[in-house]
Amino acid sequence: MRLKLEKRPAPSTFMLIATPIASVLLTMLIGVIVFDAIGIQGERAVIDIFLTPILASYKWQDVAVKAAPLIIIALGLSIGNRAQIWNIGAEGQYVLGALAAAGVGIAAGPDAPSATLILMILAGILGGAAWAAIPAFLKTRWDVNEILSSLMLTYVSFQVLGYLVGGPWQDPNGRNFPATAPLPEQLTLPILFQGTTVHLGVAVAVILPFVFWLLMSKSVFGFQIRVVGSAPHAARHGGFDAKQTIWMALLIGGGMAGLAGALEFTGSLKAVNLGFPSGYGFTAIIVAFLGRLHPIGCLIAGIVLAITYVGGQVAQTTVHIPNSTAGIFQAMMLFFILASDILIRYRLRIVRPAGARA
Amino acid sequence: MQTPPRLDLSGITKRFPGVLANDQVSFAVQPGEIHALLGENGAGKSTLVKMIYGIMQPDAGAIAWNGQRVTIANPKAARKLGIGMVFQHFSLFEAMTVLENIALGMDAKIPARDLEAKILSVMQQYGLKLEPHRIVSTLSVGERQRIEIVRALLLNPNLLIMDEPTSVLTPQEVEQLFVVLRQLASEGCSILYISHKLHEIKALCDTATILRGGKLVDTCDPAVETSRSMAEKMIGGSLKDITRSAGRALGTAKLVVQGLSVAKDGPFDVALKDISFSVKAGEIFGIAGVAGNGQNALLLALSGETPSTSPNAIQIDNRPIATLTAKQRRLAGMASVPEERNGHAAVPDFSLSDNAILTARDRMGMVSGGMVNARSAKTYAGEVIAAFSVKATGPGAMADSLSGGNLQKFIMGREIMQKPQVLVVSQPTWGVDAGAAAAIHQALVDLAATGSAIVVISQDLDELLSLCDTLAVINEGKLSKPIPVPGANIEEIGLLMGGIHGENHSETAELAHAS
Amino acid sequence: MSPEFIIAAIVTVVGLATPILLAGLGELITEKSGVLNLGVEGMMLMGAICGFAATAATFNPWLGILSAAAGGAIASMLFAVLVLQLNSNQVATGLALSIFGTGLSSLIGNAFTGRIVPQFGSIFPDALAKDPIWKLLFGYSPLVYFALAMVPLTAWFLKSTRAGLILRAVGENDHSAHSIGYSVTGVRYAAIAFGGAMAGIGGAYFSMVITPMWAEKMTAGRGWIAVALVVFAGWRTGRLLAGAYFFGFLMWLELFAKANGFGNSLPFLQDIPSQVWAAMPYVMTIAALTLISSRGNVGASAPACLGKPFLPST
Repeated sequence: MRLKLEKRPAPSTFMLIATPIASVLLTMLIGVIVFDAIGIQGERAVIDIFLTPILASYKWQDVAVKAAPLIIIALGLSIGNRAQIWNIGAEGQYVLGALAAAGVGIAAGPDAPSATLILMILAGILGGAAWAAIPAFLKTRWDVNEILSSLMLTYVSFQVLGYLVGGPWQDPNGRNFPATAPLPEQLTLPILFQGTTVHLGVAVAVILPFVFWLLMSKSVFGFQIRVVGSAPHAARHGGFDAKQTIWMALLIGGGMAGLAGALEFTGSLKAVNLGFPSGYGFTAIIVAFLGRLHPIGCLIAGIVLAITYVGGQVAQTTVHIPNSTAGIFQAMMLFFILASDILIRYRLRIVRPAGARA
Repeated sequence: MQTPPRLDLSGITKRFPGVLANDQVSFAVQPGEIHALLGENGAGKSTLVKMIYGIMQPDAGAIAWNGQRVTIANPKAARKLGIGMVFQHFSLFEAMTVLENIALGMDAKIPARDLEAKILSVMQQYGLKLEPHRIVSTLSVGERQRIEIVRALLLNPNLLIMDEPTSVLTPQEVEQLFVVLRQLASEGCSILYISHKLHEIKALCDTATILRGGKLVDTCDPAVETSRSMAEKMIGGSLKDITRSAGRALGTAKLVVQGLSVAKDGPFDVALKDISFSVKAGEIFGIAGVAGNGQNALLLALSGETPSTSPNAIQIDNRPIATLTAKQRRLAGMASVPEERNGHAAVPDFSLSDNAILTARDRMGMVSGGMVNARSAKTYAGEVIAAFSVKATGPGAMADSLSGGNLQKFIMGREIMQKPQVLVVSQPTWGVDAGAAAAIHQALVDLAATGSAIVVISQDLDELLSLCDTLAVINEGKLSKPIPVPGANIEEIGLLMGGIHGENHSETAELAHAS
Repeated sequence: MSPEFIIAAIVTVVGLATPILLAGLGELITEKSGVLNLGVEGMMLMGAICGFAATAATFNPWLGILSAAAGGAIASMLFAVLVLQLNSNQVATGLALSIFGTGLSSLIGNAFTGRIVPQFGSIFPDALAKDPIWKLLFGYSPLVYFALAMVPLTAWFLKSTRAGLILRAVGENDHSAHSIGYSVTGVRYAAIAFGGAMAGIGGAYFSMVITPMWAEKMTAGRGWIAVALVVFAGWRTGRLLAGAYFFGFLMWLELFAKANGFGNSLPFLQDIPSQVWAAMPYVMTIAALTLISSRGNVGASAPACLGKPFLPST
């Protein structure tokens, strides 16, 4: 008896939606088994990581605030991934976005009018896009692999961050701690619900997926992205410019990451320090895949991943698992989702050795 | 007692999802016999030989080898029995040498020096010329096929399977191949010769087995049959001839190509050198040639996928278009169909409706304000499906769920129904069944009758001779003088296809490169 | 610059180059078979922790290295099953392996934080290994010699053995290799496992040679540099060796700038912030990739099937 793959006549919509859900459930199940095996209360850990953030209403604001950057970055990345353009340097673009926003804020001074905030957000988008423009330029000009160049630039961005917050942009009143000065009140994002930490960026993260959905499903640009990713030669035949697609995919990916960085800075952290890069740019890659590169999928997947972040912190105090555990769960989800990709185009059939086989 | 057949198939059945590729196929190949396996694309010939060579396993049925029932688990087992195979799409490694390629086909490790000596002796014996240390990517198609043949012959096969061996050869190369095959057969080696070219089978084969839709239709003697009778068995009906309206006159020059040159795009590419020709309104202009002589580059240059820098190199109705992009050229009235259906002319995992958007969106008004009008795309795809009798579940069907012939009809229809001024098509009936091929040929003739200029690039000389008013031959990126098809001399065309300098030329090039 | 300074610098460069050379050789073989495994960073970390844990348990660094190789290879099998059996996207799966390896190594390593393991003794007599001059040749960890020996060995394997020929054939044209009768999937499993084992050993160099301690994410992106190195080398072993030492030199610049500053020896460099030196290996990686790519021979020398899925019909 063996397993055989059979191509489906058309991709299965059921599998497209069912497999991400199954991936999350399987990850939870394996989590229970593995944690029990290594002597941690498995059920408790999994409940804390996946369910407590949903059941305990006071955790919702944490989930929302963490989900916002993940969703926004993943939206941009999923466009690139659809076109088979692999920007894995969103973390660096996220940092550059925050730095650009901070730069505008510092230049405007502590008494700047609150309208400056709009400029800061725009600067964030431009900053992220500019950082992503480097791999775009190198790829379109000399065919330099964008996976490696975008990732290498992430490491460079950490040094740019270290230099700026420890040097020219350092808070003069900060007791020599490498960080920018806290933003004045009028330059921080408005809070949506009084008494919570839920800022305007969360609303942006809820609205943008629908904008992207419209863009990807109805516009010529969305069609172009899908063709380039699926059949690059056909795209050229259809009159779509490959270089333009690369530029657009990377600029949008970088711009979104930069936007996320600027929102995180102006909405949550209020200052940029060495701890600013927290891995959102990498986790967003998982969000994009778990969301099946669909804008609404990214919205849902961003919330799921945010739950594991928040839940991971809960489990750290309740069952004393290390900080890195959430990362394992996230990677496991990605493995399962990638492993089950094949079920969309193929069906698994069990073949019994036929007696008639020659 | 009679000697048992070399190969005896009984009741071979192979099923793929949705298709019965082989249904109870039974026939025998005798020692020293040249046995043709004849059938249309999709008739199940390739599947059948893949099972004989051990690449696939039959779902039911038995294979007997010299009277013994055998299971051929993999190609290695096949070679051990003495079965050799020359593939249609060569199983060669472009970046490696001839010697390495041949070594990979050997099951035992043979020291390179001994192998080289063996290769030389086989080449001597059969008059096959090859240089063992050349990189495959620098070789002509004919030379590549020789590698495959030498590789198979080194194993002293008792049965040699040739899968469509002549589809890429010049008429002269075909003759040379036949000499080798006849010599082999006279030495007792059986040959299973797969083809759909009837005159070759009549010239070469002792017996012909005809498949249609996975079933064996007939086993006959090609010397007794006529080409037409075999063709009708193959397609299961009577052949349709192209109908042309009588007394048509050609108009003025519509497409003019003047001194078009394109540099090589990659190491395995061919540069175009100073190509000039013109096509009149209502004319079908054929471009013949052996694969890999710049046909692909020519199509890309004409379609606009590789724009040129000199505007006048291509003109439609005296308007220079050579610097325009593919999109702009479509708007200027030029449509094209590249050779490769899957992934170039069409996106395999897109619906037919989305594939209509791919090339018809601007001319057929499917776009406004940067947004795609999905409904008009669906309507257009539906019209193409109806007008070209494409067998599909509807505009929502995935392109890769269609058979090759049906997808090709859809693609041709998608371009033709845009009523282009100029249509450039490459291999319009490659891998397409006879019914679809006839429909496509008729559609091209009908489009020409409306006053469009048509360029057909094809390796199938028969197709060009039956379809075109004029043809020219492309060789190593250079185009010959146009030849009017009525009264064309096939010998002369064959020589042009081989190139006047042919292999000598590439050898000199290599020497120059080495020094 | 004194001779002592130069000798010390060379010893450091060799140490920095060795892990990326090891991982790079493994990735080279994997890529030659047509598979792009971006999980090198994750496999290195798995090797680092497995090697460390086994040495901590057995007090035998040789067993540590074996288990580092095993750890890297096992991690690579996760990737292999997904990519070869389930046809998943190689880029995304490699990325998943990197994230997974980072997380899992941290989880396992949690129990080992703060512990110190025994290190390799020298394989040469102390008279040579500790000699101020001769240590230039004899004073290294056995892994350095192993890595150097693997360079000609890998080159010989690829060029002159039948197995190497088959490996290249599979990476060059998987469908042809399949139709001649080679097991494309089998060859690729082996190549991925080798890549994993070499990355594992490369990772163990961090936890067992550079410092005898475990720290989270201690490979600090070197796995990615190893991937870049293979492109940089144009899939050739000799250039891989040169590239590894070049990158080793760049990383030494950073260490030197941090420890001493350039103020004493090269005063004109003293105003350059240390972050510039820290960013240098990454900037130079991009520069090197650009240089190689702009010559336009990347496409020509890359294995033709690199990164493409292979799913034969049966």
